[in-house]
Amino acid sequence: MKKIKISTEDLSLYYSEKQALKNISMNITEKQVTAFIGPSGCGKSTYLRVLNRMNDLIPNVRITGKVFVDGVDIYDKNLDVVNLRKRIGMVFQKANLFPKTIYENLIYGPSINGIRDKNILNEIVEKTLNQAAIWDEVKDRLHESALSLSGGQQQRLCIARALAVKPDVILMDEPASALDPLSTAKIEELIHELKEDYTIVIVTHNMQQAARVSDKTAFFYLGELIEFDNTTKIFTNPKVKQTEDYITGRFG
Amino acid sequence: MNQTNLPTENQNTKTEIKEEISIPTNMELSPYSKKIALGTRVKEKFIEIFFAINGAVALIFIVLIFIFLFKEGIQALNDIGVLDFIYFDQVQFNDSIKRLYEWYPTSSEPRFSLVPLIVGTLLTAIPATLISTFFGVGAGVYLSEIAKPGAREFLKPIIELFAGIPTVVLGFLMLVVGASFFNDLLEPTNRLNAFIAALGLSFVIIPIIASMTEDALRSIPNDLRMASYGLGATKWQTVSKVILPAGFSGVSASIILGFGRAIGETMIVLMASGNAANITTDILLSVRTMTATIAAEMGEVSQGSDHYYALFFIGIILFTITFFLNLIAEIIINKMRKKNVF
Ligand SMILES: Nc1ncnc2c1ncn2[C@@H]1O[C@H](COP(=O)(O)OP(=O)(O)O)[C@@H](O)[C@H]1O
Ligand SMILES: [Mg+2]
Repeated sequence: MKKIKISTEDLSLYYSEKQALKNISMNITEKQVTAFIGPSGCGKSTYLRVLNRMNDLIPNVRITGKVFVDGVDIYDKNLDVVNLRKRIGMVFQKANLFPKTIYENLIYGPSINGIRDKNILNEIVEKTLNQAAIWDEVKDRLHESALSLSGGQQQRLCIARALAVKPDVILMDEPASALDPLSTAKIEELIHELKEDYTIVIVTHNMQQAARVSDKTAFFYLGELIEFDNTTKIFTNPKVKQTEDYITGRFG
Repeated sequence: MNQTNLPTENQNTKTEIKEEISIPTNMELSPYSKKIALGTRVKEKFIEIFFAINGAVALIFIVLIFIFLFKEGIQALNDIGVLDFIYFDQVQFNDSIKRLYEWYPTSSEPRFSLVPLIVGTLLTAIPATLISTFFGVGAGVYLSEIAKPGAREFLKPIIELFAGIPTVVLGFLMLVVGASFFNDLLEPTNRLNAFIAALGLSFVIIPIIASMTEDALRSIPNDLRMASYGLGATKWQTVSKVILPAGFSGVSASIILGFGRAIGETMIVLMASGNAANITTDILLSVRTMTATIAAEMGEVSQGSDHYYALFFIGIILFTITFFLNLIAEIIINKMRKKNVF
């Protein structure tokens, strides 16, 4: 039986006065892929950012309820947020590589962690590029600008860059929404391999994608968690009418 | 920091825009569209011509200034000669020759060496630029990355207000208050000196650098900050390793422009530098800058004299230096825009 990695209890979030998340309680299991689906604007990204406290960077955000990672309350006053973000990596919708070389992008995380040793850094670069299945494509151009890569390559490099800080959890916010089908397939394949070692949470617009990559699926609607269950269950036999309407494409 | 635009929202707005693009095709079919277009077209044309004339007039003035300056200044090279702008060989009583680097145009043996004036200009402009870079970039980073929106809206106009203070007021303040304060503190050789002038200049240049730095940093997409924080970087690491490098060209352009302004600024140095044409690297000595020399002497010089043309020649040098500094800054900024930030 796998452990629970992340759990939220009665979590609500407000942007100023506007409530974006409503009393969400959910357990995310380790070394599985959990997918969030739901129409645009229903709070999927917001919820994802709760999990590594990226919402702290947005002014006037207020949170009630609890969030535990490995049993530790991550909104505890004494918690080191920087350290939390090292353990819970994030991949964004749009590839956001630094305007630096491929190599420099990859060592950014490790070097802000104080790793200076060239050999160790080189090892990390090779290992993470292999993990992200992009080593062969970039090994001869590590010192070229990362922005010279194609969109799909850039996104896989973002995943490699997130892996380089050795997180336990990777949060992905629609990582393939801007990519062509071939690049999307590569990312999905990658997710499949990464779940051996990492807990993965992925937001996706694309229901087929959720069905293909995830073990569990959560359906969000208007800031509420409507249904959360095994992916096969959600897609074959959802309990709630709204979920069924959504996955059969009747709205959203 | 402006972090309301998270990547997810960008995507949403993008798709909305796409939908709007398809609307104009419907509008073309509208029976009203032709009428409106005719009326506006005449007006648009008129506005266009109006601004084209304005632009042309400005350009013509610059060219005229340029021609006038060069016509008068080149005369100096005929009358005085290039070497005389560098040194003057004075014959001593024992027939030996003493080489003088002096600006002494009204002497019976007039000396036109620009060396002390150039030294004076650099000895005020370089320290002023260094001081202003330190505080200006610091203020720009603070405004863009650290200040809460409320604090920024409050502080930015205040900083920009400094740039609007008449320089004669700043010069006067340095002359009276600043000089006295530092006279007690540092006990300089001359009460009015290059350092006092450089401080006065900083009041003008800090706002330039601060506000351009802020603009450059704020135009960096928020994605990069998110990427950095998402990898567990602190605010300081994000600023020093991602934001400042990404905004490097904009920040350097602001420093170059600030330097150009420091070289061209007149009133503050005229009032606060002491105006003695020393050749020195001692920042606590009086110096005389090129700008202050023109300002102080042009009123008294007899038109058509060597001295008159020499002052124009200094004007050419100043014009050329500031022109090229501005040009470089402009090129950097344009490149930055084209590359969409970096
Ligand atoms: N930075 C923000 N400031 C204010 N409101 C926001 C912000 N980000 C998202 N929202 C609002 O919160 C709601 C949920 O947004 P989001 O989490 O991005 O949804 P999703 O990812 O499911 O499309 C939306 O109504 C959105 O407008
Ligand atoms: Mg989203």
